[in-house]
Amino acid sequence: MKQIETEILVIGGGATGTGIAWDAALRGLRVVLVEKRDLTHGTTGRYHGLLHSGGRYVVKDPHSAAECIAENRILRKTHAHCIEDTGGFFVATPEDDNDYPDQFKAACAHIGIPCEEISVAAALKREPLMNPHARRVFVVPDGAADSFQATHSTAQAARQAGAQILNYHEVVQLIVKGGEGDRRVVGARVRDVARGEDVEIRARMTINAAGAWSGVVAQTAGVRVDVIPGKGTMLAVNHRVVNTVLNRCKMPDDGDIIVPIHTVAVIGTTDERVQDPEHLTIEPWEVELLLREGDKLIPGVSRARFVRAWAGVRPLYQEHYSGASRDATRDLTLLDHKTRDGVAGFLTILGGKWTTFRLMAQVTLDKACEYLGACKPCLTAQTVVPGVEQGHYWLGHRLHEVEENHLQSELVCECELVTRAMLENAARSNPTLTLDDLRRDVRLGMGPCQGGFCTYRAAGILHEMQVNSEQLTVNSEQLEEWSVAYMQSPAHNAQSRNTQHASRITNHQSPNLLLRDFLQERWKGLLPILWGRQLKQERLDELIYLCLMNADHLPDENATSPLSDFYSRPGISATADQGGAP
Amino acid sequence: MHTASWHSVGMTLDECIKCNVCTTYCPVAAVTDKFPGPKYVGPQAQRFRECGQLKSPDISVDYCSACRVCNEVCPSGVKIAEINARAKAQIVADRGIPIRNWFFGRNEQLGKIGSIAPQIANLGFHNPFSRFMAEKIMGVARHAPIPHWSTAGSFGAWFRRTPRLKSDKKVVYFHGCSTNYYEPQVGKAAVAVLEHLGYQVIVPPQNCCGLPMLNNGEFRAAEKLYRSNIAKLLPYADQGLPIVGTSVSCVLVLREEASEMLDIENDETRRLRNALWDMSEWLRDLLERGELDTNFRELKMIVPYHVSCQARAHRMGRPSLDVMTLIPGLDVREGNAKCCGLAGTYGYKAEKYDIAMKVGEEAFRFVRAQGDDVRFTTSDSEICRWQLEHGTHKDCRAPIEIFAAAYGLYDLDKRRLIQK
Repeated sequence: MKQIETEILVIGGGATGTGIAWDAALRGLRVVLVEKRDLTHGTTGRYHGLLHSGGRYVVKDPHSAAECIAENRILRKTHAHCIEDTGGFFVATPEDDNDYPDQFKAACAHIGIPCEEISVAAALKREPLMNPHARRVFVVPDGAADSFQATHSTAQAARQAGAQILNYHEVVQLIVKGGEGDRRVVGARVRDVARGEDVEIRARMTINAAGAWSGVVAQTAGVRVDVIPGKGTMLAVNHRVVNTVLNRCKMPDDGDIIVPIHTVAVIGTTDERVQDPEHLTIEPWEVELLLREGDKLIPGVSRARFVRAWAGVRPLYQEHYSGASRDATRDLTLLDHKTRDGVAGFLTILGGKWTTFRLMAQVTLDKACEYLGACKPCLTAQTVVPGVEQGHYWLGHRLHEVEENHLQSELVCECELVTRAMLENAARSNPTLTLDDLRRDVRLGMGPCQGGFCTYRAAGILHEMQVNSEQLTVNSEQLEEWSVAYMQSPAHNAQSRNTQHASRITNHQSPNLLLRDFLQERWKGLLPILWGRQLKQERLDELIYLCLMNADHLPDENATSPLSDFYSRPGISATADQGGAP
Repeated sequence: MHTASWHSVGMTLDECIKCNVCTTYCPVAAVTDKFPGPKYVGPQAQRFRECGQLKSPDISVDYCSACRVCNEVCPSGVKIAEINARAKAQIVADRGIPIRNWFFGRNEQLGKIGSIAPQIANLGFHNPFSRFMAEKIMGVARHAPIPHWSTAGSFGAWFRRTPRLKSDKKVVYFHGCSTNYYEPQVGKAAVAVLEHLGYQVIVPPQNCCGLPMLNNGEFRAAEKLYRSNIAKLLPYADQGLPIVGTSVSCVLVLREEASEMLDIENDETRRLRNALWDMSEWLRDLLERGELDTNFRELKMIVPYHVSCQARAHRMGRPSLDVMTLIPGLDVREGNAKCCGLAGTYGYKAEKYDIAMKVGEEAFRFVRAQGDDVRFTTSDSEICRWQLEHGTHKDCRAPIEIFAAAYGLYDLDKRRLIQK
């Protein structure tokens, strides 16, 4: 079995895990991160994209709110290009409690969240579709964050600082040494999903940043961690019906926020305690609730075209908590299993929000350093990740770059303006197993047709790349450096299209499987919102794939990829490893 | 300005299912790589444009000719041409308007100024040197068919000068700028036909419909013109009088384009809309009510009929064709060309002239295919007539001129009324 020695092993490739790897590497520690799927495959890649100003929790959870505004200010510098400066409104609608806005205003002042009340008329001028019967409107520095880009950028920064990032590496078992009273986690046995090999990673400190899956990971070391998995369902409107984050000015509740992120507007969220973070079903009542509540912020939005519904799981944690997940704290929690459970060399980080991922990493590393001895202080608040020189992104940036560089004929995904070079470079510079990985890299298939017109193109391009790379017979060292800073830029990729490099498509998959799995994955998010105009779209997509291409009777019909089962509908097939880890 | 309400044209982007029918039919995308097609610049790009954005992200929408073929073929109801027009307006708002387009937008003023001394104006502008300089300095295509100022005076002056029929049956005539200053014959033919049918013609004060400004992204100025026309025309509409126009494009703007693009939809715009008629459409309505004099003279000739984009956009069928087929001896042949290419002010722009001519080739070819005997072609829009003449070297007449000739009121060759 392949063995790796390191100082810190991080489990989980979401925002928190990559943040920890980055922080650790900057402190001069040797660090390895393992993620069972692609980076951001878990909760990080399934959230609405809000960069919190703290306003949302300012009354209910002031401590969280203070963390949010501090981190908001830091991330606008360290991850500038992953953020759109949309600003946010807190809107008191006629449905909302009359006393709350004054409490809100006072609490913002107390904590130091910039908050300015503007007239409803001024707000309507900026957001014409907002509820005209709103009573009061407050402006706060909310923003939109591209969690895919941010996490990839953090991972690249971590790699540049010496970290090793292994995605598609799934923890099978934590390795525990010693007997009762002197137990210690010394690493983990990990399965390389793509190659089907096991790897043993030895570390002085193991950090569990597996989010909603943390309990499953901890269990393999005999440690009990009761995560409160709070499922949040979201709906994406086909286009930006607002350009400012709209929050209801009231205690946080279901369906009270609309976030404009890239080309869509996301209505979020529900909050329901679930058992299994892996298989999330979206219930009709959730969709109805979001539509009903959305109408209170934007009257008529329920009749807009929706392109997708999805759900993520909040990794909330509150010791000995049994209530509703909506009321569980959003605070971050670091569990030191030495003092808590008598298991040394093992930390679990839980709770928090995307906005506070950097702080969570800092807190975790501070604790780890106490055990590991001398290491440098945290540098992440002062260090920028690669790509920040691009500045905050703006909605039109892709269209602008495609136009300036005349790349119109290069488009693979027409809805989200993904060029062929962007797709190929993403596949080259970033481990890729499925088309869904490329979706997270470049937004392939995330627009109105939901893969209808780009899936077959992308599958063909990847197949061509695989054939070419077979002829090149390269070894992994010759592969291009993992470079993601400009992954989303059509212009940059037009200039740096390099066909000399082989793809990093780690296992050579049948293009039929790539196609089938991606369609299946898109379909999953369409089912809950299949009415009206999106239904019409799906009918056309169905005609293309089933009637024209016969995609349900492809030669590889019965073959499976490491992820095929994951894309199947819940209940039809089990997960690859029920007892497994992230 | 794009998402002012759920009724804004921009919202129709949600109807798009990406089927590419519009791109397949687009006459501009078929002949140039500079225009990526209606789907791309319309519903697709619209998702990347929103109000409050620091700058307009795109520019290739400028190559949309606004012919509206996309709207017509879209199976889902996306208002692509209007989305494009508004995107152009946003670009103008952000970056300012080129001086040339500013001039194109003021075709009414140009007409007025030139009409003061039309011979001098024609000589001054329509000579090879001036046209060469206009192309170099202003980017006005040197060979494009820019109309000559009428040397016989404006339509308005003629109308006031000559005695008119009085009658209980009244109709309001909207002539438009080009009839007034460049083709007064069309207006004269219209008045002759209306009076022949026993109607008293009222020509109220009126101004440019605003189409050249809408096409060039000057929405503020276009809105002023639209509101001014509403104020001038609405009293007649409210009296229950029909308002008929011989320019299909002007009537289309007043009927629906202006209110849609400018997001002005109210009771006044609806009342005006209900009173407006295209001339041929109104004649066909008389025919259907049995009130049209169908005692036409024989006109023995082949007339290729080019259906202009604006006439199609009215969604009123082919009224000119319906009436022309009643004329004995007249062999009207309907062409299926998508667009003449000139499309408003599009083909006058130096960088777009070649594209316009390539687009128009389908129409030119259709005319040529009808044989050498063809003396006249016909089309409802003045723009198409000028482009057809330019591309085929055959005279082109308005349908109303043909009707007037068929009533024995008009000389098609000399293009003037026959004095009785």
